[in-house]
Amino acid sequence: MAIPRFWREIPSRYNLIGTECGNCGKKFFPPRIICPDCHRKSVGKMKNVRFKGTGEVVTYSVIHNAPKAFEMQVPYIIAIIEFEKGVRATGQIIDCEPKDVKIGMKVVSTFRKIGEDGKSGVIYYGYKFKPA
Amino acid sequence: MREVAVIGIGETKFGELWDKSFREIGIEAGLLAIQDAGIKGNEIDALYIGNMSAGKFIDQEHIAPLVADYVGLAGQNLPATRIEAAGASGGLALSSAYMAVASEVHDIVVVGGAEKMTDVSEVYAQEILASTADQEWESVFGATFAGLHAMIARRHMHEYGTTKEQLAQVAVKNHKNGALNPNAQYRKELSLEIVISAPMVAEPLGLFDCAPLSDGAAALVLCPLDRAKSYTDKPVRIASCGQAGDYMALHDRRDICVMDATVVAGKKAFKYAGIGPKDINLAEVNDNYTISEILAIEDLGFFKKGEGGKATEEERTALNSEISVNPSGGLKARGQPVGATGVAQAVEVVRQLRGEAGKRQVKEARYGLAHNVGGTGSTVIVHIFEGGI
Repeated sequence: MAIPRFWREIPSRYNLIGTECGNCGKKFFPPRIICPDCHRKSVGKMKNVRFKGTGEVVTYSVIHNAPKAFEMQVPYIIAIIEFEKGVRATGQIIDCEPKDVKIGMKVVSTFRKIGEDGKSGVIYYGYKFKPA
Repeated sequence: MREVAVIGIGETKFGELWDKSFREIGIEAGLLAIQDAGIKGNEIDALYIGNMSAGKFIDQEHIAPLVADYVGLAGQNLPATRIEAAGASGGLALSSAYMAVASEVHDIVVVGGAEKMTDVSEVYAQEILASTADQEWESVFGATFAGLHAMIARRHMHEYGTTKEQLAQVAVKNHKNGALNPNAQYRKELSLEIVISAPMVAEPLGLFDCAPLSDGAAALVLCPLDRAKSYTDKPVRIASCGQAGDYMALHDRRDICVMDATVVAGKKAFKYAGIGPKDINLAEVNDNYTISEILAIEDLGFFKKGEGGKATEEERTALNSEISVNPSGGLKARGQPVGATGVAQAVEVVRQLRGEAGKRQVKEARYGLAHNVGGTGSTVIVHIFEGGI
């Protein structure tokens, strides 16, 4: 992934910054520029909001066939985590054996290395999740 | 709007076609459809081609004029348009052509779908497939395309008790059908034991829960229904078309176990056609992963939510049962050249409604449906066809 593309998302990937609609109060992660409920009433009213990173496993998979950047990590756990009602993110679950993951399990976000551009390229950081 | 008919069909064999180039397979399918329709090149008003990612797979963008050129129609300055909607590219190429004829902008239109996926490594091809999900918020964290579907499967198992055996039965059925299809990539039946014991790709999905990477192309010729009989004795009417969208990322969907875009597109298609799910004799549905077919047959209204796995296990979707689902072998056995899929589904439905499907012929078929999905369900298009007119 091109450096500026990752760099632009650093606030969300490092600190779980999402947005909150100034019109209806609904929260979003990843951040949205327009609230899908309020449409134009939300334009210019979306405020930054930081999520604590605690949540529950909605569903998960253990990946065995991985993209090149993740080949060294197989088997790894990928999951959808719900921070609060309707606010969900996709990420890896670490510090946990695949057999111990369950739907409904409580997790907390942690700051980790996500990937790198080859041996001498840029290293990308961001959130993963571990059992709470 | 005027009524539209399919008067010609053509497709290549699907598979690892290493000895053929993208333009060669595009031409092969197109010529077969044109010959089948019995039209001349100078009668064609426009060409629409579904293609997902030629830029990545073969380093070639702008493929519509390329195919038009090499099929010999550049000299007549034929308008040629490429349509991209991930896995739904072919279905959207068909709907674009359908609307062009229905609205009287064009009379005779050729629809193509083509993808050449096996010139690149399998790992890279899988990364290209994953780019049809949300690259910045799903794929970047290691969520593969199979992994996203595996998460749908896991949740479906959790909520409805769907079993791995029921998922496997989708692959068993579709390989059984594919074995009867001369153009299918896999013409070999699979036992339930082999599917279940296959190596894991993304748990709970194993190797045989996943459709293959394929090369292949398919094509159709459309014309106004009132002119169709001058070209063929067996025109097939396009009864309706319904398209719908949804949130890009799986984690943002209203319900992970329901493809809302399928529900909405299906309802639109049934409403416009004036029929219901029970009237459909055969359906070519999205089965890029076994769980996808379970969702499709539930969300299109053939079975209640949560009962798709059980219905499959009870062989209610087998060839010439309650409803014949994926008589061609589906993406699973016929193959999955992504941009060609929607067109290949329509080719199979038309072939069935003409009564020309040989050993896999669905008996007394009048209505057929094609269900084409892009991404993990952010674009869905449903077409309904009527034969015997």
